[in-house]
Amino acid sequence: MAHIAGMFVIRSNQICSRLLNRQLFQCREKFKLPDKPEWIEIDPKALPPETVLDDSTIQLIERLSLVDFNNKEGVERLKSAIKYADQLCVVNTEGLEPMYSVQEHEELFLDEDVVREGNCKQEILRNAVKVEEDYFVTPPGNIPLKQKKLFDKEGS
Amino acid sequence: MLSLSLREVLHLIKTEQISARDLLKKCIERATSVRELNAYITETHELAWSQVGLAPGKSELAGIPIAVKDNFCTRNIPTTCGSKMLDNYVPPYNATVVDRLLTSGAVLMGKTNMDEYAMGCGSIDSRYGPVRNPWKYKFQSSARSSVIIQSKEGPTSGGDWYIAGGSSGGSAVAVATGTCFGALGSDTGGSTRNPASYCGIVGLKPTYGSLSRYGLIPLVNSLDVPGILTKTVDDAALLLRIIAGRDVNDSTTVSESLHLTDLDDQPSVKGLHIGIPKEYNAPGLCGETRRAWEDVANALETAGACVSLVSLPHTQYSINTYSILCACEVASNMARYDGIEFGHRAEGNNMSTESLYAQSRHEGFNEVVRGRIFAGNYFLLRKNYRRYFQQALKVRRLISDDFTKVYGDGVDVLLTPTTLSVALPYSKFSMADNRTRTAEQDYFTQPINMA
Repeated sequence: MAHIAGMFVIRSNQICSRLLNRQLFQCREKFKLPDKPEWIEIDPKALPPETVLDDSTIQLIERLSLVDFNNKEGVERLKSAIKYADQLCVVNTEGLEPMYSVQEHEELFLDEDVVREGNCKQEILRNAVKVEEDYFVTPPGNIPLKQKKLFDKEGS
Repeated sequence: MLSLSLREVLHLIKTEQISARDLLKKCIERATSVRELNAYITETHELAWSQVGLAPGKSELAGIPIAVKDNFCTRNIPTTCGSKMLDNYVPPYNATVVDRLLTSGAVLMGKTNMDEYAMGCGSIDSRYGPVRNPWKYKFQSSARSSVIIQSKEGPTSGGDWYIAGGSSGGSAVAVATGTCFGALGSDTGGSTRNPASYCGIVGLKPTYGSLSRYGLIPLVNSLDVPGILTKTVDDAALLLRIIAGRDVNDSTTVSESLHLTDLDDQPSVKGLHIGIPKEYNAPGLCGETRRAWEDVANALETAGACVSLVSLPHTQYSINTYSILCACEVASNMARYDGIEFGHRAEGNNMSTESLYAQSRHEGFNEVVRGRIFAGNYFLLRKNYRRYFQQALKVRRLISDDFTKVYGDGVDVLLTPTTLSVALPYSKFSMADNRTRTAEQDYFTQPINMA
């Protein structure tokens, strides 16, 4: 009985071993990603100090942007965008040329100096909210934007 | 019928087993029933009926319904870019890619919803409301219980739904729900591939220069490409063949180097060298995405491809580079919106041009757009130009060189996930702001835009 049981145990061990080997063989064949992400930790000391934005810079950007965003929320957004962009300063780019376009090595075609379209005054004017005698209408120009001090305005 | 691929349905029309009119009728019924998902800003069903009448059966697309993202200009149809700024804008011309589709016989179902000015990765920042993912969506309207994608459980909390991805979310949902058989999107940092992945369809970002950008309202001129969304890769190839090629109106289009090949009926991947960039195994990659990535790699290896780990060392910095380049070009591109020749014009302001522009632009743009313009102008200031913009352009070269090297070393195809995680429920996604989410979800898709 013990002999038969022993045989049975040996037999089932052999079967298990074969199954295990097959499984191991399949595991060895399987492609596996590395367990940990390959990430270079940026040393905070290598980053520049947090940018301090003075009133004149904010007002200059507002005059360039003309979106009326020089309030507390807008400045906070800007600071966080700058902080994010500052991470690039750790990358060594010495001797490299800027890449303005992916097509820098392509020969792009030039257009022929031929008039192909025109005579579409009504189409051009129809999307303007204010038109007078076929002219676009604007208030007077050359008047600088009136700007308040930064923290006079809260919220948007 | 609506779950068939474009090629299958085209075959049915050309062999006269179904008519284009019947197909259009079914698509319109479907579009009406899934209106809750908010995929369309402007529906053009009347126009589609008139077009299907004119589309000859012999034309290449024979009356197949397609949808177009709302940042492509379409003649006499409002084109809003999801923004108040262009709420009243009706272009007098068609974008080239739209024109080529319509000339080939396609009919236009409508202009799809999107993040405002294509800035975003969830299609939730539109003036016209967010786009909802049809997967696991609980329709409010009782008529719609069996149409889509059944699931036993809905999203997490009552009234919640999954995001469709962005910024071409509307186009992706339009294709996924069967309201059309192909859609145009745009891809600047992943805006076609991200929603395609979340909605379970195919999203193709063609190589820069292969499709004309004439008529595509620009976000970042050096990165934008019109994208194609379809149910199958075969369909995407079919549409690409129709709309690709040189355009006299866009001097950045190239056709000499454009090679479109046909695959065998039983394509084989034996001998194909597939690269797995190890830097894409990024912090935050969710378990499900990681497993799917490994499973696909193994399936390809079993089919005879050679799969190996490769390195794109500057991947980690690409999202920062993208954020700078995007902000700078946006600051320049958005300067055209002054409300004078077109677009939203603030009322009651006659003080000065600058004051009028500031008010119109403040009212017309949402915070995301304003924030990017502001940041872009900061990076472009004379004192910052070299430190930010030029540095970003140099890092761009490093990123591009990484890809060139890997392909030069014999890799044919790179296999990567599309996003860090699966589609998030809206309640979770909206807990972080647009900039944070873009930094997370655009992580994998934007490096190749820059290269």
